[in-house]
Amino acid sequence: MKKLVTSTILGTGLLGLSLSAAAAQEPLKIGLVSVLSGPQAALGQQVRDGFQLAIKDLGGKIAGRPVEIVVIDDELKPDVAVGKVRGLLEKDKVDFVVGPVFSNILQAIHKPVTEAGSFLISPNAGTSNFAGKGCHENFFVTSYQNDQPHEVLGKYAQDKGYKRAYLIAPNYQAGKDSLAGFKRHFKGEIVDEVYTPLGTLDYASELAKIASSKPDVLFVFLPGGMGVNFVKQFRQAGLADSLPFLSAFTVDESTLPAQQDAAVGFRSGMSWAPNMDNPQSKAFVKNYEANFNIVPGSYAMQAYDAGLLINSALVATKGKTDDKAAVRAALKKADFASLRGKFKFNTNGYPIQDYYVVKVAKRADGKFQTEIEEKIFTDYGDTYAAECGLK
Amino acid sequence: MSLLAIQVLNGLQLGLLMFLVAAGLTLVFGVMDFINLAHGVQYMMGAYLAATFIGWTGHFVIGLGMALFGIMLFGLLLERVMFRHLYARSHLDQVLATFGLILFLNQGVKMVWGAAPLSVPVPEWFQGSVLLGDGILYPVYRFVIIGSGLLMALVLWLVVEKTRLGMLVRAGASNATMLSALGVDVRKLFMVIFAFGTMLAGFAGAMAAPILSVEPGMGDQVLILAFVVIVIGGIGSIRGAFAGALLVGLIDTLARSYSVDVMRLFVGPAAARGIANGLSSMFIYLLMALVLFLRPDGLFPARGRT
Repeated sequence: MKKLVTSTILGTGLLGLSLSAAAAQEPLKIGLVSVLSGPQAALGQQVRDGFQLAIKDLGGKIAGRPVEIVVIDDELKPDVAVGKVRGLLEKDKVDFVVGPVFSNILQAIHKPVTEAGSFLISPNAGTSNFAGKGCHENFFVTSYQNDQPHEVLGKYAQDKGYKRAYLIAPNYQAGKDSLAGFKRHFKGEIVDEVYTPLGTLDYASELAKIASSKPDVLFVFLPGGMGVNFVKQFRQAGLADSLPFLSAFTVDESTLPAQQDAAVGFRSGMSWAPNMDNPQSKAFVKNYEANFNIVPGSYAMQAYDAGLLINSALVATKGKTDDKAAVRAALKKADFASLRGKFKFNTNGYPIQDYYVVKVAKRADGKFQTEIEEKIFTDYGDTYAAECGLK
Repeated sequence: MSLLAIQVLNGLQLGLLMFLVAAGLTLVFGVMDFINLAHGVQYMMGAYLAATFIGWTGHFVIGLGMALFGIMLFGLLLERVMFRHLYARSHLDQVLATFGLILFLNQGVKMVWGAAPLSVPVPEWFQGSVLLGDGILYPVYRFVIIGSGLLMALVLWLVVEKTRLGMLVRAGASNATMLSALGVDVRKLFMVIFAFGTMLAGFAGAMAAPILSVEPGMGDQVLILAFVVIVIGGIGSIRGAFAGALLVGLIDTLARSYSVDVMRLFVGPAAARGIANGLSSMFIYLLMALVLFLRPDGLFPARGRT
């Protein structure tokens, strides 16, 4: 009798063990949506590489479960992105979707992912509509609300006492949002507000106008190749010595390899820079450079943090994803060592964090990176959170 | 020097750069009756090769020479494996095939050189800038672009107007079938023109590399402008490409810089900015529509072309 009882206990114990082992070994599927073709692929590659590096550093496992990452290229086309994301949700049955880089893709995939009950974690795009009335409990952002990097420069220009600002941005929605973001904290005179056609090659005409109107400070939002063109031409026109250059997404680690010396000393706004002084960030930068031979930008950092975030949540739920409420509560805690140091989520799933003015510098090894110069905002959340109904 | 004069200089420089691209396109289109959408990616290849060779040799002129030679070989290769088989096909086939080539090469350079933009430094002798009054500095390198554009225009004019090869080119632009019937090896002529056209596009790309971002897809924008230029100037005509390119360069630059001020005379500042932004990028297309309406063959059509 005693023997029977022992073996039954042993048996059920074994059964329990093997059950939990089976649950633990079932792979965790994560969809990664990024732009990997076209001129903006350099950004998308940083997001992909940063996220994959995070999973690699975690030993390829999250809470004991092997991780399977399904990478898809959104081609920067909303219709393509929606089609492929539906595939991720229905065919691959992913629990998490990490992505995208660009805001127009976010607008397209937000509804399909959140309605399917999966979690959407944006490593870059953070539009105002999903921060305010359109916020969703399954949507988290590890970057910033889109306005904030621009606000940093506006606040900086105001603090430095610049009186007359000249603003340039491409003629599309993000360009208008950018200049509005700059003006939120800058109270001086706007000498001119110029919107150039998307993809402008030669800025000689604008540069001549800037030189003749003699502003105190210049604010530029020209992402990607436009920024490379503008920065080189600005430097060649000899304006860099007399006119302070403030920018957003115009000089960063994705464009610096092409801008090089032309961008040194130019300023931008961000929540992190590769010289961030904490051990996890230093290890990340070293590791990223060893693997990919380029200096990581904020895109890679935010994607890496997205990996750490998912890990922290699943460690808290012991690897289980069935109980969405438990996963959500664990995600909200943001209980991980962010590469940028302090990091927590606002009620709308967007970050509350510090923002800095960063400045381009040439490193001793000849590579270029942005470096933190001055903290502008502390524990800064976005203004839209008040309109969000979530608690 | 007034702002207007400087903007005219900027317009000239943009126009001459456009001329280098459009000259090759107009020759290939005009003489061979071949629509080559891949002309823009040849411009891109020129920039990439220049970036690579200037990086290797550390010397601008040697690197530029190597890039030009490389792009010419590349043009010959393209002609042999692909374009030769398309001459007799319809325009639609040519458009489809060369569009495919754009996609292929844009992706190709990304695989070879990476997606991030590359940098070409301004050659040492041409660094620095000239003060043109009222605190406006003009980069020396932009004068170099103006100079090389004018020089190339002169060389092209001499070749096309004064040499036997040029005569064949002009004859080909007027009537290629007749030229062939007269015993000229048109295939060889086409090959030479194609290689030369590719080299011109590559030269433009290489010269633009120090001021522009060298990145995949950089030729797409230029291609559209080049087509506008040759339609305005008259297809197949080098003179037309020159006039068209300068017009497009000047109008685009002046419109961008003055449309806001002009609109302010009529409406409030905020509305002026809105309207001017829309208008300034439309001007060259309005010009094209106007030219097509008044002179459907362009400003300087190739003689005898029907």
